Amino acid sequence: MSINGRAYIVGAFEHPTRKAPDKSLAQLHAEVARGALEDAGLAPRDIDGYFCGGDAPGTGPLSLLDYMNLKVRHADSTNVGGSSYILHVGHAAEAIAAGKCDIALITLAGRPRSTGSGKGNLQRTDNPVQPDFPFEQPFGLATVNIYAMCAARHMYEFGTTSEQLAWVKVAASHHAQHNPGAMLREVVTVADVVGSPVIADPLHRLDCCVISDGGGAVIVARPEIARSLKRPLVRVRGAAEAVKHQNAGDIDLTCSAGSFSGPAAFAEAGVGPADIKYVSLYDSFTITVVIQLEDLGFCPRGKGGAFVADGNLISGQGRLPFNTDGGGLCNNHPFNRGGMTKIIEAVRQLRGEAHPAVQVPNCDLALAHGTGGLLGTRHGSATLIMERE
Amino acid sequence: MSLLSESLPFHPEVQEFWNALPQGRFLLRACRACGRAHWYPRAICPHCASSDTEWREASGRGTIYTYSIMRRVSEPFAIAYVTLAEGPTIMTNIVESALEEIAIGKAVAFVVGGRKNGEYLPLFKLV
Ligand SMILES: [Zn+2]
Repeated sequence: MSINGRAYIVGAFEHPTRKAPDKSLAQLHAEVARGALEDAGLAPRDIDGYFCGGDAPGTGPLSLLDYMNLKVRHADSTNVGGSSYILHVGHAAEAIAAGKCDIALITLAGRPRSTGSGKGNLQRTDNPVQPDFPFEQPFGLATVNIYAMCAARHMYEFGTTSEQLAWVKVAASHHAQHNPGAMLREVVTVADVVGSPVIADPLHRLDCCVISDGGGAVIVARPEIARSLKRPLVRVRGAAEAVKHQNAGDIDLTCSAGSFSGPAAFAEAGVGPADIKYVSLYDSFTITVVIQLEDLGFCPRGKGGAFVADGNLISGQGRLPFNTDGGGLCNNHPFNRGGMTKIIEAVRQLRGEAHPAVQVPNCDLALAHGTGGLLGTRHGSATLIMERE
Repeated sequence: MSLLSESLPFHPEVQEFWNALPQGRFLLRACRACGRAHWYPRAICPHCASSDTEWREASGRGTIYTYSIMRRVSEPFAIAYVTLAEGPTIMTNIVESALEEIAIGKAVAFVVGGRKNGEYLPLFKLV
């Protein structure tokens, strides 16, 4: 069964906050849910499917469904880190196509900035029951140094340079200057990025995403319902997911699970990389973007550095406009999970509602892609291809 | 309590690995059915699902697959993946070596140590 054309994204909302010391986590979830419902023109009683990730407090979806007083007939709390929400759109489309629900809500929220947790240079304190824990955590594994090891290997194998990685941040900053909500609105240069302090070789401070409170929500609905609403129609054309891990010790850090999810999503959508007008790419770090571009087939393997150079990701200048809200590098990375905001900006582009300075003309086909977990140990990738109807 | 001592009670499967380290022995788990070593150690072979696995003493030789030096901490340190002569690539620290000398492809040798006092971890140094 294909989900191509079986579901539409009818509501999308990004929480305006970037720091929320006076709000509870559940409250943020309820606020983004309300925002997405208002955007769609729907009411809470219309929701009959709910999806959440590892940011949801409580056992899977139970506490938040209770808190928001939603009565659903389908729920899914698959957690693959920051890409979960992109994966959830695919799962929601599957559930809708199978008749398990009609209108699905997906929420993300978090407060890492207010609670002081989630800084990339701190030791990760994942669950000590994890089988990998004693063989990784004692070595000072953090988020930034594991991505740095991917970057170092990519540079070694393909000659990728720090200056090429810097272009990813430069492009994001060009977009963020037009976003009043962005945490970092200053346009930066390649020299600024490579001149910023090294956090973990070879990654600099400006190779890293922001840490923000906030969240977002999207609503996915069956076609008849989407057509009955007043918003522009954003159709789900293809979705796929994959997991990549250490392969029992036979590792390759130069590619991600996107090399599996990307081709599968393109096959379901019946389109190719050259057809895509806009991409939302997970940008936890600059290297994440470069590797995903290769995995998704936007450029040959090893050529991601050359592809992103010279402004090729800048809207209005380059071949492939990306993250026109400023992305996780400059705008927002709520709860250290960038998947939701990737969907939301792609929906804005397809609706023609991105900032005029970054809106891609005639943007009828967009892709959102995420890498959740850690690129250098184990992660889940999700690819979503959407079309404006 | 270190992260390691906190987690080991949950992992009786690999207790022998950690018990051997203070004696300077580096054990790899390998499979008698398919012949392959794997990382990290498991009772069931992750290559072929055989339960006929055993501990084998590793050569302790390897090469750096990749690394990163954590700079924004009080004591900068090198985390790395090292590819062992026996095949598997493992996460570790490069120690007893000048940080600026560390490079991908360089040969390393096994040493026992830890970033914290009293911790016994499988680490590597440049040779
Ligand atoms: Zn075997």
